[in-house]
Amino acid sequence: MSEHRKPNTEHRNWQPKIIAFLCNWCSYAGADLAGVSRIQYPPNIRVIRVPCSGRINPIFVLKCLQNGFDGVLVSGCYPGDCHYISGNYYARRKFAILKTLLEFIGIEPGRVQFSWVSAGEGEKFAQVVKKVTDDVKKLGPAKRFVKRV
Amino acid sequence: MMRSLENELKECARKLLTEKKVDLIIGYSKSPLPLRSTPCFIREEKDVDSLIFDLTCSNNLATYLQKSKCAEHRKPNTDPTVRMENRCKIGIIAKACDARSIVQLILEKQVKKEDITVIGIACTGILDLKKVSDRLNGKEILNYNPQDDEVLFEGKDFKKALKLSDILCDSCKTCLNPDPSVYDSFIGEPVSGAKTEKQEPMTELENLSFGERWEYFEHEISKCIRCYACRNACPLCYCEECVVDRTNPQWFGKSTEFSDTFTFHITRMLDTAGRCVGCGACIRACPTHVDLAPLGIKIEKEIKERFGYTAGLSLDATPPMATFNEDDKEEFIM
Ligand code: SF4
Ligand code: SF4
Ligand code: SF4
Ligand code: FES
Repeated sequence: MSEHRKPNTEHRNWQPKIIAFLCNWCSYAGADLAGVSRIQYPPNIRVIRVPCSGRINPIFVLKCLQNGFDGVLVSGCYPGDCHYISGNYYARRKFAILKTLLEFIGIEPGRVQFSWVSAGEGEKFAQVVKKVTDDVKKLGPAKRFVKRV
Repeated sequence: MMRSLENELKECARKLLTEKKVDLIIGYSKSPLPLRSTPCFIREEKDVDSLIFDLTCSNNLATYLQKSKCAEHRKPNTDPTVRMENRCKIGIIAKACDARSIVQLILEKQVKKEDITVIGIACTGILDLKKVSDRLNGKEILNYNPQDDEVLFEGKDFKKALKLSDILCDSCKTCLNPDPSVYDSFIGEPVSGAKTEKQEPMTELENLSFGERWEYFEHEISKCIRCYACRNACPLCYCEECVVDRTNPQWFGKSTEFSDTFTFHITRMLDTAGRCVGCGACIRACPTHVDLAPLGIKIEKEIKERFGYTAGLSLDATPPMATFNEDDKEEFIM
């Protein structure tokens, strides 16, 4: 079990795979802005565009961990800015419980992270991705929840 | 004392049926197995005498409000409005935790308050059969006899008294609200006040490291055989098609592969977040004694701390996951 806690030293060339669920109206546009502004950020994320952070079922996050992603980022509009008025408020409650439960069962806090990024925050988006990537790199490959076929 | 409680109960049930206030009474009757009771469904006055209430009445009967097909009255129909029209009036015997589940079912618009007559009953706890069997080294019990704070068990070649507090379910030992939160009639004496030494349910796992917690759950969840008895016993797992049974898309593999099994349990816990009343019916139903309790306790605690809600106590509440507050804490969001 202890290999999970040690920083990853064996696989020097290992790069984490991180999945990012981005709300179409804000974080996705923020990612786009980071791109057109040529702001550098780690290439480890695979993006799934969702219509609203309220669209993200906690099962999505669990399935990503199960299917071998090393980290998950969930990002939506700031409170008050949701395109559908309250989607992110409900989502925030769901995420709080999901996060609590995941940490309780022993999934390290850095693996699943949440952020608010607006359409104008290309810079913040890059920072968030950098932080998640760094955190996940420190944790090493995710093994606990991966499907054992 | 149990006897008079049962007599009172039978009287009450008989009256409801003769006065045609209800079409059906959901209660408990004796099971052929010692230390067990079985849910029973009574439609006729003559059957009322089979009702019992004692330490073995472990099912959460609220489950049957949703899951009993209620034969001629309730034709299987997936349209909820139609289902509501075909409804029948039900009288249900409710311990405190059953009553709390009924409150949740009403809040979630699964049953109508007007259709349900709640017969609240004073409950001092339910036996944990695993604890009993462990303490009697698995010997076969033929008879039992509850005394004040002891229960006398008899088998072929033994007789042994066990302290009640050692053999009650954990969920009963931490039951902070031992009187039904809603009822139309009440059988027995209210128990609250008598139980001030009770503590909030808690889990020692919180003090362990991430790795140790993971190992604990890995061990527990590996015992699961995916029979779904926990889900079926739960009054709040009433989905017509449970997500774990779906095939298109199929979210969960069907084998006992560990990650699939654990994902199912986490999902069920998230689905019942803010709704679970901590009745422990899921845990008692489990044939392999998977320790599901810490997951539920942790969520219940988090819901209480974050959103100030305890499930099933009031009919005026809004379930916490179906609402929000603009000022909800968001310390975990970047
Ligand atoms: S999850 Fe278990 S403890 Fe909670 S309401 Fe359902 S059966 Fe009761
Ligand atoms: S586990 Fe979830 S989907 Fe399945 S019955 Fe329970 S609440 Fe419904
Ligand atoms: S009752 Fe026990 S064995 Fe059956 S699915 Fe639930 S946890 Fe698994
Ligand atoms: S539209 Fe972005 S979170 Fe709802």
